[in-house]
Amino acid sequence: MDELIHAFFNWPILKESMPLLIQGLWVTIKLSFFSIVFGIILGLILAVLRTLNVKLLNFFIVIYLDFMRAMPLLVLLVFVYYALPYLGITLKPYPAGILTFTMISSAYVAEIFRSGIEATPKGQMEAARSIGMNYFQAMRFIILPQALKIVIPPLTNNSINVLKDTSLASVIALPELLKQAQQIQAWKANPTPLIGATLLYLLLLIPLVKLANKLEKRMSPK
Amino acid sequence: MIQVKNLQKKFKDIEVLNGLNFGVSSGEVVVIIGPSGSGKSTTLRCLNRLEEPSGGHIYIEGKDIMDPKANLNKMRTNLGMVFQSFNVFPNMKVIDNVTIGLIQVKKTNKLEAIKIAEEMLIKVGMIEKRDSYPDSLSGGQMQRVAIARALAMQPKIMLFDEPTSALDPEMVDGVLNIMKKLASEGMTMVIVTHEMGFARDVADRVIFMDNGFIVEEGPPSQMFSSPQHERTKSFLEKVL
Ligand SMILES: Nc1ncnc2c1ncn2[C@@H]1O[C@H](COP(=O)(O)OP(=O)(O)OP(=O)(O)O)[C@@H](O)[C@H]1O
Ligand SMILES: [Mg+2]
Repeated sequence: MDELIHAFFNWPILKESMPLLIQGLWVTIKLSFFSIVFGIILGLILAVLRTLNVKLLNFFIVIYLDFMRAMPLLVLLVFVYYALPYLGITLKPYPAGILTFTMISSAYVAEIFRSGIEATPKGQMEAARSIGMNYFQAMRFIILPQALKIVIPPLTNNSINVLKDTSLASVIALPELLKQAQQIQAWKANPTPLIGATLLYLLLLIPLVKLANKLEKRMSPK
Repeated sequence: MIQVKNLQKKFKDIEVLNGLNFGVSSGEVVVIIGPSGSGKSTTLRCLNRLEEPSGGHIYIEGKDIMDPKANLNKMRTNLGMVFQSFNVFPNMKVIDNVTIGLIQVKKTNKLEAIKIAEEMLIKVGMIEKRDSYPDSLSGGQMQRVAIARALAMQPKIMLFDEPTSALDPEMVDGVLNIMKKLASEGMTMVIVTHEMGFARDVADRVIFMDNGFIVEEGPPSQMFSSPQHERTKSFLEKVL
């Protein structure tokens, strides 16, 4: 029992590693934040462009979406960081991570927004156009605000997934929470820092999961 | 005011409008009647190009709106449209429903837009609901807001597509009365409706459509009492 506590709940080690873990947490938060925000922006643009029904454009958008949704995140991450340099594109871990997470997230966000846009009645667009709004005004003021209400729960879930996935960035030497924990573990030859990281992940994610649940309940018809 | 020449509309290979010709002059109230699927809505929707005609010409105040260079959005501010399903914007308050077109399309300043919108809401009897959201309104109230929204753009022509068909019976008269008032003020209107009593009272001219053709048109007195065509007769017998 003592051995177990010494290995996993070693209080001095946990205390010592906390500052570095917090640094890692902060990197995780920044990485997630930018990936989520850029992913939403890119996904929204793709979804709106797709509604224009321009054949050639949609052809390329659909290829992009299918590709990003089929691609294992870790494979893309490793490719962007370790393979692109051979094409003369060398990215630091941060941009490589944000780029990868943004691209993959944008594909899911685009689908989420598309379903939201499709769920708003066709008459809304017609009414907006009938008072003289152009297509983008109608999107901006009438369709998207209605779609947004529908897509907030799935968008929240997607954001949680992005946040969780950022732990994969440990393979490209990005000092996010998991990477930090692993490094300290190696120094100290003790897994307690991993427990610390786990706790921090849960501390961050459980409120978000709760929030997602709440939003879902509020949106679903009684 | 409106001239329609040989208007055609196909959905895929199905001819829905087979070369319509008609006109509407300034201040005139034209009611379009006809059986379900005869192309009444499609006709109306072609007039502001919510539906893209497959052929023919539509002149609004002498301007061909089928001209590729025509400014559609500007043209549409001259044509108010009221839908069977209201289509009020649920994401904004009643007042914002009415001002949004003025502010975003006509670039009217906000105070002026609110002034106009309030005038229109008074006109349709909805000023008390100024700050409500549409989901708290009845169908009849929503339709009146939709009418105010269209009127706020100060259109020269109003198009109504079965504005009372989705309403509970006790709400119908309120909406019809607003339309009567508009007619008496000299608004040019094209109305698709199954309210034959209203057509008889308010229309200057009635157009009977069937199968994508205009079968017959004339003043309501003649159309309702002595229709010339067999199809008109049998349709009117069914609905009157
Ligand atoms: N978007 C569409 N795609 C294919 N066919 C359509 C479309 N819209 C209308 N139609 C067809 O065109 C015909 C005319 O429709 P329209 O809605 O103009 O009739 P209507 O006279 O308004 O009928 P109702 O009294 O039922 O409203 C119908 O046969 C309908 O099925
Ligand atoms: Mg119709």
